[in-house]
Amino acid sequence: MEKIIYMDHAATTPVRKEVLDEMMPYFSEYYGNPSSIYYLSNFSKIAIDKARERVAKTINAEKNEIYFTGGGTEADNWAIKGIASKLRDKGNHIITSKIEHHAILHTCEYLEKNGFEVTYLNVDEYGMISLDELERSIKDNTILISIMFANNEIGTIEPIKEIGSIARKHNVIFHTDAVQAVGSLPIDVKDMNIDLLSMSAHKLYGPKGVGALYVRKGIKIDSLIHGGAQEKNKRAGTENVPGIVGLGKAIELAYSELEENTAKLVELRDYMIKNIQNRIPEVRLNGHPTKRLPGNVNICFRYIEGESLLLSLDMYKIEASSGSACTSGSLDPSHVLLAIGLPHEIAHGSLRLSLGIKNTKEEVDFVIDKLVTIVDRLRQMSPLYEKNQEGK
Amino acid sequence: MYSEKVMDHFMNPRNVGEIENADGVGEVGNPKCGDIMKMYLKIENGIITDVKFKTFGCGSAIASSSMATELIKGKSIQEAMQITNKAVAEALDGLPPVKMHCSVLAEQAIRKALLDYSKKTGVKIEGLDENEFHEDDLHEIEVED
Repeated sequence: MEKIIYMDHAATTPVRKEVLDEMMPYFSEYYGNPSSIYYLSNFSKIAIDKARERVAKTINAEKNEIYFTGGGTEADNWAIKGIASKLRDKGNHIITSKIEHHAILHTCEYLEKNGFEVTYLNVDEYGMISLDELERSIKDNTILISIMFANNEIGTIEPIKEIGSIARKHNVIFHTDAVQAVGSLPIDVKDMNIDLLSMSAHKLYGPKGVGALYVRKGIKIDSLIHGGAQEKNKRAGTENVPGIVGLGKAIELAYSELEENTAKLVELRDYMIKNIQNRIPEVRLNGHPTKRLPGNVNICFRYIEGESLLLSLDMYKIEASSGSACTSGSLDPSHVLLAIGLPHEIAHGSLRLSLGIKNTKEEVDFVIDKLVTIVDRLRQMSPLYEKNQEGK
Repeated sequence: MYSEKVMDHFMNPRNVGEIENADGVGEVGNPKCGDIMKMYLKIENGIITDVKFKTFGCGSAIASSSMATELIKGKSIQEAMQITNKAVAEALDGLPPVKMHCSVLAEQAIRKALLDYSKKTGVKIEGLDENEFHEDDLHEIEVED
């Protein structure tokens, strides 16, 4: 394979060698079904137990509050539908935000069709929700607040602890989709008053197809997947043992290196943002300047369209993503960019570069050099650019 | 996702630019939808002697514009009128279904530039109707006034 410059870590990450090494024996050596009672199955049982402990420890939860799932989307679906179903006699109102991942938004839209009422909170130009608006939105029939920990597109980190306090004060359950945050930000479910938290392994150098839902002790939730008695009767289906082992190892590694990786990524991120802004005119940083995920760079380039930018970068094997309509399969650009108030034509020209622990300053410099050329080439082709230059 | 031909026309687009004092200029699309195509024609004795384009849009929009200019360069007005979006897409060895509107945009840009020529010169072009350019046909969106 040609050398790739991978800057799409918010989409997924490679499985780290240490993680893969720990997973490997659970495919063909310790393959026993954890639900069986014989000797071979003990290995799987012990491995799951260890992974559960590792996950719990990193977010300051108890071991029996962690339930493994088939990924972040399942965890989100379970949290929202499971609480809605359990508490539907108590109320039918859910509060979330306009910038949630589709795993939350589409689940909420589904519930709206089934008799629930959903408030979608606005965000400011940086993508921050307003705590005032949140508190004002709580009603007698509110059963759940679900606000993401950090946004996958623009990287903005929400005031989770404050949201947790408000939810607790009004006795409303608080779920956070922390898929982008786990592995990148310190999380303390007790201190932050979090009742439910979704995570995914493949965003933190673990395998795809495995995640977890933290459910605080005492929170009653209906099952999403029905079947066998796995996960204390809460999530049926034979456990993805190698995947669960991978999640446990990946999360432990991420938090043992959190400080140094964060410092490195923040430096690289800010260097990249600053240099793009210095070298390319008429760009706009999306998201909060400081309260953002360590590896997230999201920039709009005026007068050009995001997909053509991505295709051009891919010619150099630079892998990134965009909020342009053309990459979403719909005609509208990203709902997140529209929610922060960007006009359509500017939102179409967005580029997200999400950095990872293996990216280097040399790679960042290379990408910026290519961006300068590509943006200029595409602007020279753009009738919007021509119009604007005439006006000057 | 794209054919080699699309990528070739995207990376090395033919006939990019503007024509000063063009005989016909047509602009179609909408920045809200993420694509605008502007086509410039030089027409002498009923023949399109030169054509240039500028496009804001995705890879297939740029490739479709480029291919459309190639298809009509050196052709008569009536020949250019025969170019359909299907012809543009086929010449590119196909476009993904969600990108077919890009080829429609290219066909429309040609026709709108010809309409402009017709208006400027009084030359009547059979089959051209001023009311045929509804952007809503390309994209089901509301066009801001």
